[in-house]
Amino acid sequence: MERLTFTYPAREAVVQRVHVGVVGSGDLEVLLEPSADSDAHVAVTTSVDGFGTVWQHVLDRFFSRFDGAAAIEINDFGATPGVVLLRLEQAAEALRN
Amino acid sequence: MSSTTVREGFLARPSFIELNARERARAVLDTGTFRELAGPFDRLKSPWLPLQGVVAQADDGVVIARGSIDGESAVVASIEGAYQGGSVGEVSGAKLAGALELGLRDCQLGRLIRPVLLLETGGVRLQEANLGLAAIAEVHAAIVALRRHVPVVAVVAGMVGCFGGMSLAAALCSRLIVTRQARLGMNGPEVIEQEAGLAELDAADRALVWSVMGGEQRHATGLADALVEDDAEVIAAEVRRAFAEAGPPPRSEQVGALIARLAGIDGERPPEPAALRTLWGSGAEP
Repeated sequence: MERLTFTYPAREAVVQRVHVGVVGSGDLEVLLEPSADSDAHVAVTTSVDGFGTVWQHVLDRFFSRFDGAAAIEINDFGATPGVVLLRLEQAAEALRN
Repeated sequence: MSSTTVREGFLARPSFIELNARERARAVLDTGTFRELAGPFDRLKSPWLPLQGVVAQADDGVVIARGSIDGESAVVASIEGAYQGGSVGEVSGAKLAGALELGLRDCQLGRLIRPVLLLETGGVRLQEANLGLAAIAEVHAAIVALRRHVPVVAVVAGMVGCFGGMSLAAALCSRLIVTRQARLGMNGPEVIEQEAGLAELDAADRALVWSVMGGEQRHATGLADALVEDDAEVIAAEVRRAFAEAGPPPRSEQVGALIARLAGIDGERPPEPAALRTLWGSGAEP
């Protein structure tokens, strides 16, 4: 099990909380809520060690299209990068609706 | 009806099995009344799993929701089968027991509340063994106390099923609703194979496993009260029926009849699943 944290600059305020996903095999849960400051913060807990660079790439891609000042907690149970991105997009979509 | 229409109807149904625990709770409550208590943002996580290198889920795999059922106050406890096999640990167990105990207190004060358990669980979480077992005992006690006031309704939909101490909780409920995909038993098939050997039960033989402990067999032998399709609307309607219509006394109060049933079985030559249906048939007491 490994814990990773990331910070990204943000422009839009986030005013809602969103929860998607489940800590099931090959899946993850995302808890998204307003950030305490004007940046976006991501705290990842993953069952698979040694994939920090892959997490960095996946989150870089997500934050190239998302600029909300969100505090995001990710609890991962071995999701592939594609599933991670889909869950993050699902949370962002729930935020828009 | 043509087979095409039947198939289209089947495909168009809102599957209950495909819903997660939160969506299931929402599906059995009256539309728009779902209100979650102790939800994921309260972060009541297992303190034990991370110590053992296991990632914890923010709600510990149990969703507690208040709302109404047919306009009457209700509480739903829904277990997430995809997280750690729906296992009951210290926190998830406390959420289950707490919801039922608070429901009991409401009933004792004259405010009747309709309790529903959506069970998808392998039973106690082995990483938190004693704490989970203690919580399950509290769940059992709360169900027995609560069912004197209101029917306690359980649904086992699948695909995890309901095993271990939580299968006893299901058996203690006033009314138990199952689908064909459900499985119900004290020991799961893998445990039986591991402990008693392949000759006793081949856990990989799905047809055999479901013929022994599947929802259809449990209903046909009188150990479940209703067998329904995997359809969220049908299941919600069956839950409503359980509260609207007075059912027979809880199965677990009919101890004499259950012992008599077992007395009719030769342990050396146990009957095949089909023969058990004839022997115990759903019409038989209890």
